Amino acid sequence: MSSLSTLTPLTVKEPSPLRSRMRGGARYAPTLATLGLFIAMFAVGAGMYPSFLSGQVFLNLFIDNTFLIVLAVGMTFVILTGGIDLSVGAVVALSMMVSATLLQQGWNPAAVIFLVLVIGGGLGLLMGLIIQYFDIQPFIVTLAGMFLARGLCYVISLDSIPVTEGFFTSVAQAQIPLPGDLFVSPGVLLALAIVAAAFFILHHTRFGRTVYAIGGNEHSAMLMGLPVTRTKVLVYALSGLCSAIAGVLFSFYSLSGYSLAAQGMELDAIAAVVIGGTLLTGGTGYVLGSVVGVLVLGIVQTFIAYDGTLSSWWTKIVIGGLLLVFILLQRLFARKTA
Amino acid sequence: MKSLMKNRLAWPVIALAALLLLNQIFRPDFLSLRMQDGHLYGSIIDIMRNGAPTILIALGMTLVIATRGIDLSVGAVVAIAGAASCAYIAASPEPASPVTAAMAVLIAVLAGLLLGVWNGFLVSTVGVQPIIATLVLMTAGRGIAQLITGGQIVSVSNDHYKSIGAGYLFTLPVSILITAAVFVLAAVLTRRTALGILIEAVGINPVASRLAGLRSRNIIWIVYVFSAVCAAIAGLMISSNVTAADANNAGLYIEMDAILAVVIGGTSLAGGRYTLAGTVIGAFIIQTLTTTVYTLGIPPEVTLVFKALVVITVCLLQAPKARNLLRSLKAAPKPGTKEKVAI
Repeated sequence: MSSLSTLTPLTVKEPSPLRSRMRGGARYAPTLATLGLFIAMFAVGAGMYPSFLSGQVFLNLFIDNTFLIVLAVGMTFVILTGGIDLSVGAVVALSMMVSATLLQQGWNPAAVIFLVLVIGGGLGLLMGLIIQYFDIQPFIVTLAGMFLARGLCYVISLDSIPVTEGFFTSVAQAQIPLPGDLFVSPGVLLALAIVAAAFFILHHTRFGRTVYAIGGNEHSAMLMGLPVTRTKVLVYALSGLCSAIAGVLFSFYSLSGYSLAAQGMELDAIAAVVIGGTLLTGGTGYVLGSVVGVLVLGIVQTFIAYDGTLSSWWTKIVIGGLLLVFILLQRLFARKTA
Repeated sequence: MKSLMKNRLAWPVIALAALLLLNQIFRPDFLSLRMQDGHLYGSIIDIMRNGAPTILIALGMTLVIATRGIDLSVGAVVAIAGAASCAYIAASPEPASPVTAAMAVLIAVLAGLLLGVWNGFLVSTVGVQPIIATLVLMTAGRGIAQLITGGQIVSVSNDHYKSIGAGYLFTLPVSILITAAVFVLAAVLTRRTALGILIEAVGINPVASRLAGLRSRNIIWIVYVFSAVCAAIAGLMISSNVTAADANNAGLYIEMDAILAVVIGGTSLAGGRYTLAGTVIGAFIIQTLTTTVYTLGIPPEVTLVFKALVVITVCLLQAPKARNLLRSLKAAPKPGTKEKVAI
């Protein structure tokens, strides 16, 4: 019983009305809204530019955003528990730098990828341990993690390092043909496999249910005897692992390592998760929604590329605007059901 | 001695003194000041001048953090303020006149005011978590700054404008004087009136302070506006120091430095009690750290790793759990050894 008395003071949190009230289709509402937005944007694009309505434009959304999809998957886990991970962009850059440097020195690509995953997962695990055992806000710990990872990038090299290794270049150029003259990259298949695995973990395992329970009410989850401590630490390790995978995917995509790469990517990942309908307070959300969120961000970029007159900074403004709209919708939604 | 050590400012001051001493050992002329052409010169002045924008932003951040909030958008506000003022000067018919410079300053401060009102609106009225509310502006803000500058680096040549960041007054750099003035203003406003106590009350228990009849909504609004205006002034300093507005890089990561300064200074991220003087010392520590890296001949690339380790150490020292652990280690000395109080 002594562990109970050392619990953090009970924060009075109303039993999430969202989850109890919503039955059937209603709890998918935020995610469905995002899906509707995506379809509407695609339709508008098709109306404005005839070449927009092609399967390849749709598939390119995946090809150009594989790393962001994987990042968003990891971030979904973290945000579902009510936390946040600001280090993901820097870990992506670190993974790219490590793989580019080691490949240049003639390491075996399989060993490099394994090492990168260990570094990413280890860094996440370390942050999770500090967050959980010293009771420091995830925000500040992952911020320090971001400094550390970005700083290690600088220590490795300030210059951009090209990747010329055979395996990486062949994966980068590989195209998997689909019926109808379409193709995807191998990275897309990997990203989709990770999404499927995350979906399975979240909805069909004890770990996944504990993640939702912690986000709903951490205190009750602990009183129910769920492994709160272990789950919270593992969630950050998972996010670190996802960041490392995203880093490898980004290496395939850009065939280089650069210490300033992926700057601000943590914001894109958080934006994708929020736009995908996950509540920032935790407890409610879907990993598939986050994927749709990434697609919405991707289609914004495609729009701007198609338009030609709009400058690149509109992307940031539109993403900020979308983020705002969805946060306000979440507030409205939470109030209505309360 | 014991009561002195209990003072919350003791550790930051000791850390700063140790850093300065380290520099003095490696470069014997480090602490010396000299007069040249009527200006004071020296490493200390340089540290203060380079640290001025961070100190300003950290002051605003302190009050925001005291209300249990956080303001991630300050870097974006720095970029927007610099972009707005430089774009105005570049487009005006008399780009070198003092009136233009004054108008540019006014525009930047107004921009800061507006952005602060926006953040405050999201946090206090709409009730969005501070991290997320200010994340919106952090994401969109640099886009807005680029929109203002047209994606270019806008350079201006206005001597009056330049003096904000690079000028001298009474032998001291103007930026130091501005920062000192804001510090005094903030200290007087929060410590000589009830405002400071109200801010702490909101941070310690928002619900209780609202039930006690406090208009916590207005107080939260005030701190976000103050933070954004501080950031706007810092943006003026940064852009005027290089006489150009760089929408991409001006104030990049400055929110992290500011938060770090607040935490090192002894203000808890959990809200409540805060110390403005501690924040100033914290900002000095960060700036001195950067200088030390150069003095000791450590490659500057390592600075960020160094900073990360400092943040984590300071946070661990502040964490109640770590403190309890330390205390229990002290309270239970090994059997057989005489009890020693190591203070």
